[in-house]
Formats: sequence, structure tokens, C-alpha cells
Amino acid sequence: MASLNIEHLKYKYPGTDRLALNDISLSIETGEFIGIIGRNESGKSSLCQAIAGLIPNFYKGAYGGKVLIDDIEVKKVPVDELCETVGTVFQNPFNQVTGAKATVYEEIAFGLENMGVPKEEMIRRIDRAMELLDISKYRDRYPFDLSGGQMQRMAIAGVIAMHPQVIILDEPTSQLDPQGREEVFQAVQKLCGQGITIILVEHNMEKIAQYSNRVALLDAGTLIDFDTPQKIFSRVDLEQYGVEAPVYTQIGKRLNLTIEDTGCYPVTLEEAKTVLLRKGGNDPVWL
Amino acid sequence: MAVIEIKDLHFSYTAEEEVIKGMNFTIDARSTAIIGQNGAGKTTFAKLLKGLLKPTKGEILLNGTSTKDMTVAMLAKQVGMVFQNPNDQIFKYQVLDEVLFGPLQIGMAKENARRKAEQALEAVGLTGLETTNPYDLGLSARKLVAVASILAMDTEVILFDEPTIAQDYAGKERLKEIVRQLRNQGKTVITITHDMNFVADAFERTIVFAGGKMIADDDTKSVFLQKDVLEKAYLEQPDVMKLCTELGWRESVLSIDEFVSAIQK
Repeated sequence: MASLNIEHLKYKYPGTDRLALNDISLSIETGEFIGIIGRNESGKSSLCQAIAGLIPNFYKGAYGGKVLIDDIEVKKVPVDELCETVGTVFQNPFNQVTGAKATVYEEIAFGLENMGVPKEEMIRRIDRAMELLDISKYRDRYPFDLSGGQMQRMAIAGVIAMHPQVIILDEPTSQLDPQGREEVFQAVQKLCGQGITIILVEHNMEKIAQYSNRVALLDAGTLIDFDTPQKIFSRVDLEQYGVEAPVYTQIGKRLNLTIEDTGCYPVTLEEAKTVLLRKGGNDPVWL
Repeated sequence: MAVIEIKDLHFSYTAEEEVIKGMNFTIDARSTAIIGQNGAGKTTFAKLLKGLLKPTKGEILLNGTSTKDMTVAMLAKQVGMVFQNPNDQIFKYQVLDEVLFGPLQIGMAKENARRKAEQALEAVGLTGLETTNPYDLGLSARKLVAVASILAMDTEVILFDEPTIAQDYAGKERLKEIVRQLRNQGKTVITITHDMNFVADAFERTIVFAGGKMIADDDTKSVFLQKDVLEKAYLEQPDVMKLCTELGWRESVLSIDEFVSAIQK
């Protein structure tokens, strides 16, 4: 059974004429890693807010269709209850950290305390979350003394300790240095392996291609396509939707190099290496 | 073109820890990217150059004058800085008023300020949104308002702090073009960024900070070939160069065009 079903979702912000989400339907299986891409204002964040129930329960406006998580219609669940099912990680961890807690451990406990989770269960969940995100060694550190990557992993730990079935990440690594970014992506991939469904909004197409099982391409509030990264990034009309394919796909397109069994262009470093070695790219004549 | 000399620069926010630990280099005509791990001292350096912070030891000389001897108002005429978070910068209710604020504050004549503001809005692609409230715009467009408001001041030095955050393909391409145009106009362009592909595409020179020190300073390609430096600064190569490395090429390239040409030759 699909863990997340979106059926004919439509939404218009108050005081606007345009549909921010225009008849979107898609099904996501439990434990999938989904990338959402599209130009700015294409509806990516609105879709995330609808999955998290903030639309229509916090942001009012005209709403139609359904978002179902395991047959629970999210708009019928109060936002404070839904955060036990859907967790959201913001772009900037500074916006997520409470600022009221003295240690990483207490910060991760914050959500659980508010949910009224019993102490023993709370300790178990926090330890598990810290282990999963590889931040146990920082448990007694002051949250604001952490690096950006460490702080973002702490923010994710706070979300996963609440045991959500779905985690939404809205450009979670844009403010991080490259290694901090990689740390976060690897931690998120590990969560996926634990059966948590990941929804990732990201402008870094190389990361989307590297980590996503499937990619949703949005434009003007409409779902243009929902398929594997290879199929999405091989589209000839991609730039029309304000999206630049990963560097490796662009090289594949320019050199007309495709992956043998799929006919798609490469999207990751590994795939590009494979198709180029097939062509003899390790020994360019010019060197 | 402005001449910027950094001489034995030190800075600390608290008595216990130095954030900038003795830097020496000169900014020249090349477009320059400053890269490094979170907390390496990049934004602190930008604030020192902008005069928002004063060195605890050493100095920054701008065209021969120490920034210690200049007020923020004096420096504002020469150094423009686009903040990482546009919300730290924007406070007017209309886009045009925001973009006009800087030029008028530094004493530009009204007509000239208006012309510069219109040109700046055109450069960032926001013409037509002059009467819009900046806070009715999305983060990416709001960042471009912040860029326009600095471009309109027509300063000799322009500092960008993480300009590509939240920008889509079109926004990044526009920023690359702005950097190129500023460079062609003889402006000194310095950018702090974590976006290695942006550095590879748009900057001639790259400086690497780690732990408050400058650990590398060279043309962009040479810097990205220094694996020990990248490792120390928690950085990585741009994606095209990663592919060259994976393929075991004896020479690396930075751009897709160079890569494709190399294969097709």
C-alpha cells in the first residue's frame, strides 16, 4: 500500500487568482526517496506544506482534493498532531533550533517532551536518533557551538525522534559546506533505509540525481512528470521548465552518450564514468 | 579598480577565541571567490572589509587607507555588500524604494540614483516589480532585490555572501552574468560561497579559508587541484573536475564546454 497518496490536489493562496497547486496526483511508496524539482515559484514548497498539513490548516485559501498518509486525510488532523506523522526540516537549522536548550540532547528531546512521550521511551528514541545521525559524541555540547552540518543533523534528529513516517526537507543543505552537505545527505539516505519516506526539495540537481528513487518535476503548480531521475533529466524539454540537468547528464547529452540498458543519459558521477570509459574517455587524445 | 591589501589581519568576537588568525593577501582585478568550511571566518572577513567590524590587530587597506580610519558611511561609498539573508538587508515597503535607498544614502543625485536603480533592477530581472512589497516576493526574488540595491550604489567593491542560495537555474545564470559584467566594468567582485560549480563557472581566483587562516590562494583551477587543501577546508572539487579525477585524466578541466572539447578533439 502506498504510504502517501495525493489525489487531485488544488490550492490557491488567499487573495490570489492563480492556482499554486493545480490538480496534482501522485502515489509514493513507503521508504521512497523523492526529489521535488522545478523553477522558483513552481509549487515545490506549497506541495510540501500541503503534505505537512500546513496547507490548508495554517495557510488558508481555496483547497480541493486530498492528501492521504496511510488513509489518514492530513487536512482533518490538527497540525500539532500531524507532526508525529510528517516531520519537516527547514533550510536553515538556526530557524529550527529552539534556542531554549543548553545541550544537543535536550534540544532533541524538545519535541518529545511536548508530545508527552514517557521518559524511558524518550531516552530510547533520542539515543537511537543520535546514533542514526552520528551525533552521539555531541550530546552534551551547546547546540549553537555545532558546525552547520552538525546542527542540521541535530535538527533532523529532533524530527526523527518523533517517529514520523514521512520527512520533508526543504533545501536542507544550501547553507552548508560541501562536506557538511554530504554528511546530511548520507544521514537522510540512512533514514530511507529504515523505511522512512523522504521528500526533498533541492536546487542541487547532482544531489537529487544521486539520492532520489523518483523525481517530481513541477511547473506553474502542475505536475509535469514523476519518474526516475534518469528519465526526468533525459527529457529534451527540461530547460523549458527552468531546470538544469546535472552536470553529468549535460555532458552525456552533449556527447550523445547513453546508458546501454535504459537509453537514458547518465545522471550521477558513477554513471558518467561508466559511459565515458565505454567510449574511451579515460584517454582523451588532447592530453 | 580598487586595491585591497590585507595585512596581518586578526579578529575575535570574544577574548577566548580568534576567528581571523593573521591573514595576508592582496585582492587584485580578478573576480575572487572565498571558500571554506562553515565557521572558517569567511563572513567575518567580509564584515571586516565592509567596515561593520574593526580588526583587533592588523589592518585592511582600501586604496591605501586603513578601514580602521574610515567610518561605515565612508566605506559605504566604496564597498557594497549583499548579505546572505536578504531579510537582514531589506526594510522598505516597495522594491524601488529599497533599491533607491543605498544610492540616495551615499549622496547620489536623485536622477542618477533612479537611473542606477532601474539599471540594477533590469540586471537582476525584476523590472516591472518596482511597486511590489519585497516581502511579497519569494526568497530567491528577495535575494535579487538585495543584489539590485547594492548594484545601484555603483561601488568600486562588491561583496556577495552566498548569493546562489535559493536560486534556481535562471537565477544562478543571472548571477554569473552579473559577476562577468561587474568584472568587465572594472569593479572588484568578491564572493563567499559553498557552491563549487558556481566558483568554477564564474571566478578567476579562489581563496581558501580554514580555521581563521588563509590556506590557499591561486587561480581557481589550481586551487581545486590541491586535494590536501580541499580536505583540510572540508571542500570538494566542482562536478566536472570530479569526473576528470574519476577518469584518471592527467589534466583536469572546470567547465562542461572544456570537458566536451577535450573528448571531441
